[in-house]
Amino acid sequence: MPEQPDSTGRTMGKVRRRLDLFLVITWLMSVAAVVTLLWIVVSIVLPAWPAIQKTGLGFFTNTAWDANRDRYGAFPFLVGTALTSLIALCIALPLGVFIALFLSENFLPLGVRQTIRFVVELLAAIPSVVYGLWGIAVLIPIVQKFGGLLSDRLGFIPLFKGPVFGNSTLTASLVLALMVLPTITAISRSALVAVPKTLREGSYAVGATRWETIFRVLLPTAAPGIVAATILAFGRAMGETMAVAMLIGNSPRLSWSLLSPGGTLAGLLANQFGEAKGLQISALMYAALALVLLTLVVNMIGEAVLRHAQKVTAGVR
Amino acid sequence: MSTAISPIAPVGVGAGTLKAQDARSRRRILRDNFWTSLCVGLSFLTLIPLFSIVWLVLQNGLRLLSPAIFTQLPPAPGLTGGGFGNAIQGTLIMVAIALALSTPLGILSAIYICEYEPASRLANSVRFVAKLLTGIPSIICGVFAFSVVVLTTGTASALAGGVALAVLTLPTILLTTEQALLGVPKALREASYGLGATRFQTIFRIVLPEALPAIMTGIMLAVARAAGETAPVLFTAAFSQYWMRNLMEPTASLSVLIFNFSTLPYDYQIQMAWTASLVLMVLVTATNVASQIVFSKRKR
Repeated sequence: MPEQPDSTGRTMGKVRRRLDLFLVITWLMSVAAVVTLLWIVVSIVLPAWPAIQKTGLGFFTNTAWDANRDRYGAFPFLVGTALTSLIALCIALPLGVFIALFLSENFLPLGVRQTIRFVVELLAAIPSVVYGLWGIAVLIPIVQKFGGLLSDRLGFIPLFKGPVFGNSTLTASLVLALMVLPTITAISRSALVAVPKTLREGSYAVGATRWETIFRVLLPTAAPGIVAATILAFGRAMGETMAVAMLIGNSPRLSWSLLSPGGTLAGLLANQFGEAKGLQISALMYAALALVLLTLVVNMIGEAVLRHAQKVTAGVR
Repeated sequence: MSTAISPIAPVGVGAGTLKAQDARSRRRILRDNFWTSLCVGLSFLTLIPLFSIVWLVLQNGLRLLSPAIFTQLPPAPGLTGGGFGNAIQGTLIMVAIALALSTPLGILSAIYICEYEPASRLANSVRFVAKLLTGIPSIICGVFAFSVVVLTTGTASALAGGVALAVLTLPTILLTTEQALLGVPKALREASYGLGATRFQTIFRIVLPEALPAIMTGIMLAVARAAGETAPVLFTAAFSQYWMRNLMEPTASLSVLIFNFSTLPYDYQIQMAWTASLVLMVLVTATNVASQIVFSKRKR
């Protein structure tokens, strides 16, 4: 043991110097980790500056994205991002909460529940590009087949107006729903499991059935956690890129119909960065900046709600 | 299957209302059974997409799977034959670059926020930033690397792709390492100090060896995620039909190959995209499972 601190003064001094050096190294790395986030923002803002100066806030309201004439408006992509994420949540939220209930109640033996839980976790491990490939093979034909039915029956609603395309906002929303399902299920499940047992027992004791207990006691108690799950899933859905880019059709034209091609901010970046030049790069950086700020804000709200939710359940207990 | 609990009639019910009570009880039980079957049914419904994905990847992917696929170069559009050896090479190299950058950064800053100054303002900022970084879309990592590396060097490259993946993996490695260090019992550290060890000696000889399996789990999870990502490398490493010879040229990757080939109008290329998906999913799943094994060994 060469570094025994009590042997001689010289060894002790050496040890202390090395210790300090290591502290400095770890401190520097911590600073670097914090700086990374700032660096990301700066590395986007600087190249985006020409476009910010040229288009200003009109960037978010203009509907034309035309690289040939150097006109850039991100409004259709903002609409597409919001639309796909919201539709995905409308599908995934009820599904995810039901699965979370299934996993936290004892309808079926533990083994079956653990299998389902494992399967839902597996969904999160599948690469996004494989979802896209699967969507092209499976979801696009399905939407083409049943989209006509939808537009015939509900065509008077702008959201379902024809003509029907396979590469559409609806297709992208469906695959997004599948992709955010693990997030919603996992967070909702831990919120439900955190509900104190005494609340459930109290509800049973006054004569409520299982589902009366679920709807009036368990879900309201777990509600903050489920809301947090929804917000965090919304953040994920907004940033999801590849599967959406492969299925949505990437049209720069504004369309409110779910059955026609659309575009999202992330999909726009994926499609155009490779061949972009000049002001187009700058405009894409501006769009990336918008995407970063949107997801950061949504995630911060989600984390805050989650922390609040954990405090609330801790208080109930 | 259903285990509905029958409601108990309220106290003091007259004989005349018993029938009405009975009907209401039955309705409540019926409603319970309805929700139970809906809940169980929907839960099993989610199995369908997963099975569909796994089934299609296996069915379509196995068709072209052969040793040649790992060693040969991709065919030109419209042609058949060949493989995607260069894409596997590219994916492995870029993940390696990412780890070389993010592992020291992540582990060392986790040591700082866990062992040195856990309550300091810097430590709290590191935790906050790591949380935020996990939430930023993966394509933003690509935009960052594009701005920092591609725009300055003037070319898409494996280095740029590696930098993008490094940003992607940093928060995973940092946060799992922090959890791993927190999992080391305080008594071990105190025993080490009690024997006269310095903080440096305690960290390197006691804490890190104890936390190593959990840290490895985090690194493997990060590898699995990085290998499967397309968006960060799509326009930073771009694509190439050839083997990579140096770090500063466009480089192929499995995920970008799947994306590029899936949109081509040629059957063979689409088949190849499925085979690449199979290889990618096996890679990702194997890494995930290995990380779980490492993790459970620690618990034992």
